Amino acid sequence: MARMNMVQALNSAMDVMLARDPRVVVLGEDVGYFGGVFRVTDGLQRKYGEHRVLDTPIAEGGIIAAAIGMGVNGLKPVAEIQFADYIYPGFDQVVSELARLRYRTAGDFFAPVTIRTPCGGGIRGGQTHSQSPEAIFTHVSGIKVVMPSNPYDAKGLLISSIEGEDPVVFFEPKRLYNGPFDGDPHKPAVPWSTHPRGEVPEGHYTVPIGRAEVVRPGKDLTILTYGTMVHVAEAAVRLAGVDAEIVDVRTMAPLDVDTICSSVNGTGRCVVVHEATGFAGYGAELVATVQEQCFWNLEAPVRRVTGWDTPYPHAFEWDYFPGPARVAAALKEVMEAA
Amino acid sequence: MTQRSRLHVPAPPARPGQEPDFSYLQISPAGALRRPDVTVAVRDIEDLSLQMVRVLGEDHRAVGPWDPRLDAEELQVGLRHMLLTRLFDDRMQKIQRQGRISFYIKSTGEEAIAVAQGMALQPGDMLFPSYRQQGLHVVRGRSLVELMCQCLSNTRDMCKGRQMPIMYHWAEGNIFSISGNLATQFPQAVGWAMAAAIKGEDRIAASWIGEGSSAEADFHYAMTFAAVYQAPVILNLVNNQWAISTFQGFAGGEHRTFAQRGPGYGIPGIRVDGNDFLAVYAVTQWAAQRARQSGGATLIELVTYRAGAHSTSDDPSRYRPKEEWRAWPLGDPITRLKQHLITLGEWSEERHARLEKELDAHVSACWKEAETYGTLSGGPTLDPMTMFEDVLKEMPPDLVRQREELRALRAVQSAAVPSAPPAGHSATPPALVRKG
Repeated sequence: MARMNMVQALNSAMDVMLARDPRVVVLGEDVGYFGGVFRVTDGLQRKYGEHRVLDTPIAEGGIIAAAIGMGVNGLKPVAEIQFADYIYPGFDQVVSELARLRYRTAGDFFAPVTIRTPCGGGIRGGQTHSQSPEAIFTHVSGIKVVMPSNPYDAKGLLISSIEGEDPVVFFEPKRLYNGPFDGDPHKPAVPWSTHPRGEVPEGHYTVPIGRAEVVRPGKDLTILTYGTMVHVAEAAVRLAGVDAEIVDVRTMAPLDVDTICSSVNGTGRCVVVHEATGFAGYGAELVATVQEQCFWNLEAPVRRVTGWDTPYPHAFEWDYFPGPARVAAALKEVMEAA
Repeated sequence: MTQRSRLHVPAPPARPGQEPDFSYLQISPAGALRRPDVTVAVRDIEDLSLQMVRVLGEDHRAVGPWDPRLDAEELQVGLRHMLLTRLFDDRMQKIQRQGRISFYIKSTGEEAIAVAQGMALQPGDMLFPSYRQQGLHVVRGRSLVELMCQCLSNTRDMCKGRQMPIMYHWAEGNIFSISGNLATQFPQAVGWAMAAAIKGEDRIAASWIGEGSSAEADFHYAMTFAAVYQAPVILNLVNNQWAISTFQGFAGGEHRTFAQRGPGYGIPGIRVDGNDFLAVYAVTQWAAQRARQSGGATLIELVTYRAGAHSTSDDPSRYRPKEEWRAWPLGDPITRLKQHLITLGEWSEERHARLEKELDAHVSACWKEAETYGTLSGGPTLDPMTMFEDVLKEMPPDLVRQREELRALRAVQSAAVPSAPPAGHSATPPALVRKG
């Protein structure tokens, strides 16, 4: 076991896979010589050479298209899109090509591409460096969508993504790169070394895609969340003084309906929390699933706490960010409902 | 008067009812251009992107350094492939008109491109076509029955009923899947070629787009990546003058040739007479050799004319002169190769007529067989439950649930209509079958 922050854990996942499987290649803007703007690919080109860790032109559509072609030719590309906000030029290649190739060829062609991309706000990134566009991708059939909330899961899920034969869009909450940020920007930063999930094996292991995890057991209500909001939810639970069960969804697609519903059926109350805008956001899918599967066990309406339906504003990001106070208010409201 | 800016809206030289006018087309005489060594620097061959590589002269003889010197037997094979492609296209168009398939796209007038290029490449080279290179499948020996079954979405459809007609693919034949989203295959081919180089193989990739879709960002991605990494890929731009109703000026063809974009990116651009089988073959061979020697990519502009409609859903008489194709100065690729072979004493009108008859009978036999695997109106089709397969490698729980929901629904439906055919084997709803 080693102590790793999320950057190191992700780096270790690629390091392990580059060493184990000659088909694995890493490509993206600034990922090679420089090691990535967030340092996630630091040292990999030095270790594996410039044919396996490639700097690319600034062309997200080209990066994803090239990765698809490489995947069709037997490689396992791990493409970095520098910010999730930059992924849209590559959207057609993801939606119409990457996600559909296996289906449209009845399994004769497929491209096992993992697209890593940092998401989320809280770094003064404004509207072009703060987005959480997971719901745009969960709406597309044919891709898996993943977002880890800690270094251990990050490494295990990334290895699972690379080893699998399906395309994965792998969101990395950048506010969690260096520590389990709980939503209060005024408190001193807490490093991952203080957190149990900062303990990460140095070698190979996997965390399965398609499985949610109960990260805090509780009896009063269920919080369904993922990414940075897992830690915000933990802070909100302390603030509200409720015994909430927190489910870290981890994989948005495919969704682990069983873990989610068995928790909600047990508590009878549910709050859904994510950082992305609420309207037609991923939370709507979670609420709909809970409504369809757990309706007769619910004792209160399901509440959502999300980013506002505005772009992410540079100067007001802590008013935008659904912090512990907003989440705690929703927890109390749901507890007080008849 | 004050100065005002004004848009230039490109207009084709002739509209319906007007005389066709191809005076805009720069045509070099056959044999006029030099054939540089494949290791030549890009800056030293920029003239090849402006002019036009041609081999077949007005006298039907091969002339100049680009003559690939194919023997008569190879030329006859090329002629046969082109003719089969045309007859296949003609038949499928008729079949579509009879309502027996939903849609079709012909490659009439452009057969030399897929056929000569397919023949100039190695079987292991990976092809990323657009929807008008069915000749590639013909060259690589694919049974027409397979292509017809795809168009029929029947029980033998390689796409399992998931794609509209002509969106073929062939993994064993190294022909990639056709996408309805234009130009996406261009940068994918570059990625495939990059992987070949990373793996240290000598295989190369080739891709095709139309001049119209060269306006897509994917063209720019492909050119940039191909240039940056010197990927072993041939990027073919088929300039058939028309993108549905917009002429090539709407893709930027009025100001520069499309081939000139190559040198702009730092890769050779070669403009070739796309209806000249020998010239197309020779230029492809040159680019393939360059790619295999780590010389990187080549952009080939194949100048041709879309003789037919864009697709069976299109009516070109509404936007271009009806007889424009007859005025096309580069002629018909099949007629030109035929005349060349006759001039060489290796072919005759009689042999041609015999071949045409033989191939037409072959197409008929293939269609007859294809329909035994299912027709559009009467089935059988594949089991609709297969629609839930291949979304991901393993079927996720939500799709398992939805599949069972559909299965139950279909069971109820067929129980309500006892005389209906078994579930999964009729393209027509049971109730309609009964009313007959």
